Amino acid sequence: MWRDALLVCGKDLRIEARSRIGLNQIAPFAAAVLLLFGLALGPDRQALEPAAAGLFWIAVLLSVVLAVQRSFALESSDSARDGLRLSGLDPAGIFLGKGAAIVAQLLVLEALLTAGVALLFGARLSGGLVLLAACVTASIGLAAVGVVYGVVSSGLRVRETLLPLLLLPVTAPVLLGATKAWNAALAGTPAHAGIWLSLLAIFAILYVAVGIVAFGPLLEDS
Amino acid sequence: MAPAVILREAVALADRFPLLAGVTLEVGEGEIVHLSGPNGAGKSSLLRLCCGLLALRSGEGVVLGHDLGVDRREVRSAVAYLGHSSLLYEQLTVEENLRFALRASGAGTAEASRRTSIAMARLGLTGRLSATPVGKLSAGQRRRTAIAVVFGRQPRLWLLDEPHAGLDHDARGLLDEIVTEARAGGATVMLSSHELESAGALADRVVQLAGGRVVAAADGATRETPLSAEAANPPRITKTPEVAGSARPALDCPPEAVHVA
Amino acid sequence: MSRLDTPRDARLDGTADGELGPSAVSPKAMASGRSSPSADVAVRIVGTLALVGVAATVWLGLFVTPNAVDYADGTVRLLYIHPPLAWVMYVAYGMATLSSLLYLWPRTRHARFDRLAGASAEVGVVFTGLTLVTGSIWGRTTWGVWWTWDPLLTTTALLFVLYLGYLALRNVPGDDETVARRSAIAGLIAFLDVPIVFFSVSWWRSLHQPPTVDLASRHLYVHGSMAWTLLLGFVSFTLTYSWLVVHRYRLAVLRAREEHEGLEVALAERWAEAVK
Repeated sequence: MWRDALLVCGKDLRIEARSRIGLNQIAPFAAAVLLLFGLALGPDRQALEPAAAGLFWIAVLLSVVLAVQRSFALESSDSARDGLRLSGLDPAGIFLGKGAAIVAQLLVLEALLTAGVALLFGARLSGGLVLLAACVTASIGLAAVGVVYGVVSSGLRVRETLLPLLLLPVTAPVLLGATKAWNAALAGTPAHAGIWLSLLAIFAILYVAVGIVAFGPLLEDS
Repeated sequence: MAPAVILREAVALADRFPLLAGVTLEVGEGEIVHLSGPNGAGKSSLLRLCCGLLALRSGEGVVLGHDLGVDRREVRSAVAYLGHSSLLYEQLTVEENLRFALRASGAGTAEASRRTSIAMARLGLTGRLSATPVGKLSAGQRRRTAIAVVFGRQPRLWLLDEPHAGLDHDARGLLDEIVTEARAGGATVMLSSHELESAGALADRVVQLAGGRVVAAADGATRETPLSAEAANPPRITKTPEVAGSARPALDCPPEAVHVA
Repeated sequence: MSRLDTPRDARLDGTADGELGPSAVSPKAMASGRSSPSADVAVRIVGTLALVGVAATVWLGLFVTPNAVDYADGTVRLLYIHPPLAWVMYVAYGMATLSSLLYLWPRTRHARFDRLAGASAEVGVVFTGLTLVTGSIWGRTTWGVWWTWDPLLTTTALLFVLYLGYLALRNVPGDDETVARRSAIAGLIAFLDVPIVFFSVSWWRSLHQPPTVDLASRHLYVHGSMAWTLLLGFVSFTLTYSWLVVHRYRLAVLRAREEHEGLEVALAERWAEAVK
């Protein structure tokens, strides 16, 4: 399983390095989301600064949908599942590999967005360790759920609309937890983030476990 | 020798459409079988069924000793499938694709590298070609890469869907050689093709498909054995009260062994 | 060739127990998906009791029970409907999850559990919607706002969207077995999220500044006729849920039968294609 995971992760990241979709399309999309938030809620910093963490995480959430869709679209245009099934790879390994590749891309994206949020919304960055911890655990949880729902919708014609509908409600706790953790850190009281970080960790562990078990059967369908 | 593929009244669906409406077929080990028939007859579906991509809705299917109704996944490690659309990664080079595919199917790093070199050499994908991303190759070159993947995996059962399509004359000759070598090595080959001459010369047997089932089989020579005369009705899938005791669906069609030796 | 003697598992499309085939029931009853005469009678009784119960709850709630002291006139009467609706919502989702589990477990795998899961989830979504509406009305009449970010109400809203997604997934075309398996797994994943959502939303509220409105902190003396009416509400809504699920389940059976027959027709047509 781990060997296959490494194989798939390496393959996905290598493809990303060559095609640079994440950098050329998903990151600008996220930046555009932040800008649009600014337009909708600003220009008065009073409204934007307290909301910075929440807006950051919503932008990340929306980007996760794109990243997951991309992860399955790169497999091969119509028969994403066929290729994966025929390859002989262990499904749990595919799940971990794809998830890890998405986490890597998310972390890079979050770094960029952090700069964006500091710039556009005037968020004062403090409590860096908490910010980082929240990013890592939240990304793992999001990637895990994303890959699970991604494989379900990848074979279907309605995948573009189904994936967001399935993914976003389930990730509500991550949004809550990550935002609260960030708020605590940005407000200078990182200690308060403890409970939220544990929520994020529980979510991540739970859904990685679910993915390892459920990815295989879900990949098989149809 | 146990047959490589045994299918009895196999039915497979896509949503509600029966792709295969009761296929009965036996393929012995080391045989090369050519599936022919009009478009929509079910040739691709049959190949997909045999590599475990399609679910068996009714009937029985055993491929290389693995029961398709029980676990389709097991089958896949022993077979290799060449489909219409290439299952290659556009951004990776020929060599990277090969190496990934071989490692994915279980080969270790060194073994995968070795087989990659052999496969590339055999299919003429050497030199600058090997380092070109698949997306930049011509259709024929892509086909050859896909064939190289199958070749490199050295499976016991080769399932080739229109392998000659998109290949030029030389490449077709090469493919025929490779298939013949595979058979000599003990592998079984099922291929579908519209080209009666080239595939027909290659194959031991020609099986005609139409309407999702086998309608005739010929033995490389000219003898044709139409089967539709005996098969009067499509297979029933519902359980009738008379056979309420077992869970086995009632079959109105007598199972036929198509094996025409 | 002993492998070929192993029969295909016919439980998965429901043909194994005659649910889809001819049975002892009259054609008219068959046409509406019913399974046996005695079960039919039982369902009718449940339906009647449910109707009577709900009517009685409404009547008692509106006219017989007294007004509570610290409420605006009449708003306490929502008490007899809102909690029972929420209760049924949890029962429905719990039932759907249990059925999904039973479907996935190899020993108890049967198409009926998949249909039950789907039926229960659909009814559950309806009751969730009603819970949200009554909760919103309560908020409006008591505090003047149509929506409060109360933990329970917010969790309910998230559950609503979550299970709407589940139903959307169920409706994606595919053959029965595929849809069943996919939905069962998706249903379980969604259900796993429910406690996490609940706790996270609760913490979200409690660790924040005290809310101006909080449904959970009502002090309510429920006694006498109020208590009985409330109990009646719970019982009659649960009966209503059961009745609705049974009928939705029957609809699913009919649909499966239709697909089955359609498949036979399609097979015959495909067969005919070859004989030309």
